[in-house]
Amino acid sequence: MEPTDAELIAEVLQGKAASFEPLVKKYSPRIFGTARRYARREDEVADIVQEIWLKAFQKLASFRGEAPFEHWLMRLAVRTCYDFLRAHQRNRESSFTDLTEPEDDWLDRFAADPAGAPEDSAAAKQLIDRALEQLSPAARMVITLLEIEDRPVKEIAELTGWSVALVKVRAFRARGELRKILARMAQDKYL
Amino acid sequence: MKPSQLERKLIAAAKAQAPSDAVPYAFEQRIMSRLGKVPVADLWADWSRALWRAAAPCVAVAICLGVWNAYASSSRNSASTDLSQELERTVLASVALDTETLQ
Repeated sequence: MEPTDAELIAEVLQGKAASFEPLVKKYSPRIFGTARRYARREDEVADIVQEIWLKAFQKLASFRGEAPFEHWLMRLAVRTCYDFLRAHQRNRESSFTDLTEPEDDWLDRFAADPAGAPEDSAAAKQLIDRALEQLSPAARMVITLLEIEDRPVKEIAELTGWSVALVKVRAFRARGELRKILARMAQDKYL
Repeated sequence: MKPSQLERKLIAAAKAQAPSDAVPYAFEQRIMSRLGKVPVADLWADWSRALWRAAAPCVAVAICLGVWNAYASSSRNSASTDLSQELERTVLASVALDTETLQ
């Protein structure tokens, strides 16, 4: 029988660092999935995930076992991703004049028939990634968690450490920010 | 083209295409090899380290206060003033003043 998370954590805390490996194996896919929502380059993703695991190892003593380990780890992951976004705030003010051909085509199709434009196309994904990259870190975080991952406000508050009211305020502002960016995208293309 | 419509469509596209959860080859080994270099948080060790660091400034402050106290008492002695007498004179100053004015 495989040891439980609690047993593995207890062993790590007793000094048996090797017991950390099964935890890394078990939860890395989830952590990679989360990190890839905030970083595009694979080397950046790997660095974020590595930082999350090193922090988890360092702070393992603060895990009290009241909630599942996965919840604690996801809180750590989301906060590390947020720190990454804040540390890598590039020049977010860019124009949409350099769209690729598939992105251009997708926008044309959307303009001609909004309902007919395919949601599962790579071009649509690239366009939303471009738009998200131009959002402020807090706005990007809240749009990702609330709109894309469909998480409830209370859960977002727990993950980010923000209050419920702050999540709501940031969600309201983030939607406005995203709409402005998309309006600029349409303007850059058709004007 | 309505931005709100475009927003809904692109959010739906992001939902439809969740990022991959693939883990690079031997990633666990990379983490495990780095764990050896990571100091595990030990509250008692941190506390004792902080105490040891604070010891030197505390000794320095104690020495400074000792020197200052010794200097102050020697200068008091040289002025041949008795603290108890000065205190008594200060406390009884108002009474002495009243007696003087009555005379």
